[in-house]
Amino acid sequence: MGLLSDPNRRKALTNLLTRLNAPICMVCYLAAIVWFMGLAFEPFTLRTYMSENAMGSTMVEERFSSGERALSLAKEFDAHKRKAGGMPVEWLVKAMQARGLEVFTQSFSRKLPFPDENKERYMVRGTNVYGILRAPRAPRTEALVITAPCSPGNSDNQAVGLLLALAQYFRNQIFWAKDIIFLVNEHDLIGMQAWLEGYHHTNITGMEYSPLQGRAGSIQAALSLELSSDVITSLDLILEGLNGQLPNLDLANLFYAFCQKLGVLCTIQGKLQRNDWDTAEGYTHAAQTMMLMVLKQACGRSWGDHGLFLRYHIEAASIRGINGFRHYKMDVATIGRLLEGMVRKLNNLLERLHQSYFFYLLPSLSRFVSIGYYMPAFGLLAVILLLRVSFPGLDHFTFFNPSGPGVLTVLTPVVISHLTGVALYLLPVHLQEMAVEHFPVSETEAVVLTAVAIYTAGLALPHNTQRLLSGEGTEQGWKVLKLTALLYLAVLLGCTALINFSLGFVLAVTLVPITASMTPHMPKALSALAMVLLSPAFTILYCVFIYQELIEAPVSVGEGWMLFLSVISQGILDHALYGSLVYPLLALFIYPCWLMFWNILFWS
Amino acid sequence: MWCIIESKSRDQFQEELVIRPLHSGDIYASFQFRTLWDTDFLQERQKVSHYRLFPKSLGQVLSKFSVRELHISFTQGFWRTMQWGQPFIPSPPGAELWVWFHDTVSDVDGNWKELTNVLSGIFCASLNFIDLTNTVQPSASFKPLGLGNATDHRFLRYATLPREIVCTENLTPWKKLLPCGSKAGLSVLLKSEKLFHSSFHSQAVHIRPVCQDEQCTSKAWELRQTLNVVFDLYTSGQGKKEWSLFKMFSRTLTEACPLATSSKVYVDITDNPELFELSPATPLLSQAVVLGDRRTYSVFDLTRAEMFGQLRSLNLLLRDMLRPLLHAERYVAGFGLQTGEIHTVIYNNHPYRAFPVLLMDSVPWYLQLYIHTLTVTSKSRDNKPSYIHYQPAKDRHRPHLLEMLIQLPPHSMTEVTVQFERALLKWTEYTPDPNHGFYVGSSVVSALVPSMVAMNTNFTQDQPLFSSFVPVKEESSYFVRVYTEPLLVNLPTPDFSMPYNVICLTCTVVAVGYGSFYNLLTRTFQVDEPSLPLAKRLANLIRRIRGVPLLA
Repeated sequence: MGLLSDPNRRKALTNLLTRLNAPICMVCYLAAIVWFMGLAFEPFTLRTYMSENAMGSTMVEERFSSGERALSLAKEFDAHKRKAGGMPVEWLVKAMQARGLEVFTQSFSRKLPFPDENKERYMVRGTNVYGILRAPRAPRTEALVITAPCSPGNSDNQAVGLLLALAQYFRNQIFWAKDIIFLVNEHDLIGMQAWLEGYHHTNITGMEYSPLQGRAGSIQAALSLELSSDVITSLDLILEGLNGQLPNLDLANLFYAFCQKLGVLCTIQGKLQRNDWDTAEGYTHAAQTMMLMVLKQACGRSWGDHGLFLRYHIEAASIRGINGFRHYKMDVATIGRLLEGMVRKLNNLLERLHQSYFFYLLPSLSRFVSIGYYMPAFGLLAVILLLRVSFPGLDHFTFFNPSGPGVLTVLTPVVISHLTGVALYLLPVHLQEMAVEHFPVSETEAVVLTAVAIYTAGLALPHNTQRLLSGEGTEQGWKVLKLTALLYLAVLLGCTALINFSLGFVLAVTLVPITASMTPHMPKALSALAMVLLSPAFTILYCVFIYQELIEAPVSVGEGWMLFLSVISQGILDHALYGSLVYPLLALFIYPCWLMFWNILFWS
Repeated sequence: MWCIIESKSRDQFQEELVIRPLHSGDIYASFQFRTLWDTDFLQERQKVSHYRLFPKSLGQVLSKFSVRELHISFTQGFWRTMQWGQPFIPSPPGAELWVWFHDTVSDVDGNWKELTNVLSGIFCASLNFIDLTNTVQPSASFKPLGLGNATDHRFLRYATLPREIVCTENLTPWKKLLPCGSKAGLSVLLKSEKLFHSSFHSQAVHIRPVCQDEQCTSKAWELRQTLNVVFDLYTSGQGKKEWSLFKMFSRTLTEACPLATSSKVYVDITDNPELFELSPATPLLSQAVVLGDRRTYSVFDLTRAEMFGQLRSLNLLLRDMLRPLLHAERYVAGFGLQTGEIHTVIYNNHPYRAFPVLLMDSVPWYLQLYIHTLTVTSKSRDNKPSYIHYQPAKDRHRPHLLEMLIQLPPHSMTEVTVQFERALLKWTEYTPDPNHGFYVGSSVVSALVPSMVAMNTNFTQDQPLFSSFVPVKEESSYFVRVYTEPLLVNLPTPDFSMPYNVICLTCTVVAVGYGSFYNLLTRTFQVDEPSLPLAKRLANLIRRIRGVPLLA
């Protein structure tokens, strides 16, 4: 490291970096984008492989054949569900008991902070029913979970039917080493949250539930089954869980291996796999699949019932049956065999799934991008912030210069920005009653519109901040503020990317260019427009449009706006109901940080 | 000569099989083999070399290690109290060993260590994994079951191995301890391929001193070998509630063990006897009070020749059983790898009687219990234990031991919670499969449960073996021990494939980062001195004139 110790060479390096700072930053930014887009290119990715020995080499034979029984059970369940107008608890308890399971129920209730207009619920009251198949000669220390939701309407009846048929078949087998819990949960994620909190005797979200009577030790893995229609043509694997957590990649490998073995059409993000990676269409397809995963992961919500298991260190995935590819109608017995195979292999596990990756992106089911490959894309973006921190500021002043700007000059905008963030976090939910009284809106609209209003009001802050400051903002003042803000942003994005890469990357892509180049000397109107267009809220809006485009359901601007509003309400609900961290992160940290840059722009 | 005849007449062997159809539709079969050895165990240092029925391997162990009482059990599976009721002799999953030593033993820990190693050899089990880190000395929960009232728990050692897997290799040495081996008598039924094709399997050896007769004029060693197994009719019977000895054990009985003084098969017919079809029918009925319930049994005496030939098929119907009066379960609450909470829930299902229970918890040191967070609640009210014995763990030396006497209100659920923090182990202390998790042995709930019917307190030889194991001291209650399930707890585990990466990374960091920093910090930078001292400048002036190289 003569480079650092030799003053001359150090100076040369510094000069080079200072002189070429802007071009280097631009190159880094472009390189990051190119690197990221390159991740979907097949030759740059790795083929998935089973890492866990206990699941890889052992053979299992699938013999489940009671597809007809599953269908008739589904019909029976449907009839009882209609009669009960919800979960047919008694029938389900009897049906499970008749299959030799130990059956327990759990009732729960939850009042949402404000009505959920997507799912049309406010006061939620329900019952979970679960049956435990006790493994012979096992000491109740380990368990596997299979869940199916009891959802209103026609969907998911087959999932419950298949669950019961599987329970009956599994009960007659002798080879189980882990207890198997068959769970039918009501009100999808809310029921699942109640059950998991009851099982682990925690209460993180203020749910009211009755304590569980039966347990089966530590849960090793969980599979959630959703069959949205009566005709199933393909199975979709859903991995994205709460806060962007993903299950171990081996679980995806297991699913893929059995789909291959049984000749089942399988998709991820609803996209089939293509073999023509060398054509433009093939690449676009893979890129779209990966982008979908990134967007889903970034939004931090649980995309299936499995997503809540991940917090408890339980590897879980949802398998969703889809009716989309007309010519490949699938037998229920085949899905049963697929589940049987997966559960049997999970039953063989000697340790928790830990051999394979926990951080990955999937451009297709057979290819994956590991953390080592995708992190450089983020690293290149983070470097820009560090480059901006190091040079333009330090050249002109020293931070510890006593004659420099007072602490107050910097602290005031920082504190005010964060107070705005706190307001954005707290007020929408707490002011909803007042808003409903004074404006002709529903509670949900009140919450969302309050959030939007506070967000917009934050933009007026710089002028107020200036008034609070004693005297004019100095040249050094904004530099210190920018230095602080850049470091703050770098730390924030870095931490976010380590936990949830997608969220960190998406935020970095939009926030880095404008924040890195921000000075008060730029043309005000133009840069203000650019800043607003690249603010966190607009990032969400773009994500909504891109997501709709990628799932091949493009929306008009008006619809997009409505979706944007519902995404905000969902984000707030996810935080309140399941403890998703994206909303507090954006409101309490990212938005105030962005406001600090906004402040710099209007530094007079 | 007299001596031999005397001992011959007084050594005894009894065998017994109880079959009880369970409420859940399963079949519970419980074997008990009892060998009495008439020898004066209280005389120390007396060399005993004559063995008739008692296995020599165990006899030698008893005298060598001055054992007063020895109880060892190997269990595969968990006894489902809520479905199956109380077992005749309870045992926790895995292996359990508890031993009372004579109070003359000076080095108890040394004897214990050697004894576990010897037993490990005798039973082909991993008992040698018992060491001081999982041994405790319960102060109240494990009293001697035999003669003598030793109370000094310094001579008691208790250990469990919740992870022990029980299989054929443990069954074979166990069968060899029987006088008839597996050649005659009830033990011909003990075929491992069937015994291990079941829902629950437990085998045990209990050795204790007992009275030879009612007046207790002479004493004897009693060896009880028990084997409990629960067959799952659901998986094997194709839905038919029908069983036979052959279906269960793939053998039938042909003769009693010729050495046995009694050899009996009891079939529990308390539940709707008229709906049973028992073939062959037996005229003998017996009533016994066992575990607070009066039950009726059909008795088949194998010592009678006319019994043989048919004992085959038996149809039966089911009846709802009373909920077990005492029931306990345990689980770990919380998430994440830092802290957690152990919940032990004890149910008293008696409608109007409260009774006290002794709860014993032995927790390995790597779960650091926060004993100040210990709470006992019944019916959402604080329940203050009347006796608490807590011995804190020492890292890598001793487990936690917590014993409490708790009064259970009638018809209640009592919850005992205590928080813990997971310790970071040293990297050599992890098991080869650290991601599987670490086991915490079952907690033990011992209680005198109020009986629904009067218990039989007079101790006679006629009593069936299954009802005479724990001596009953009063009519109104009976002794029950309930084991909870063991726990599987995940500890923070490093990625063991990581060392390579770590080595690479640290080497790079040290070489590049630390190296250059060290360089920067220790190098002394000196500013070049442009002006030389006056004397040198003068000297240089002269040198230049002379044409000699200049001074630096």
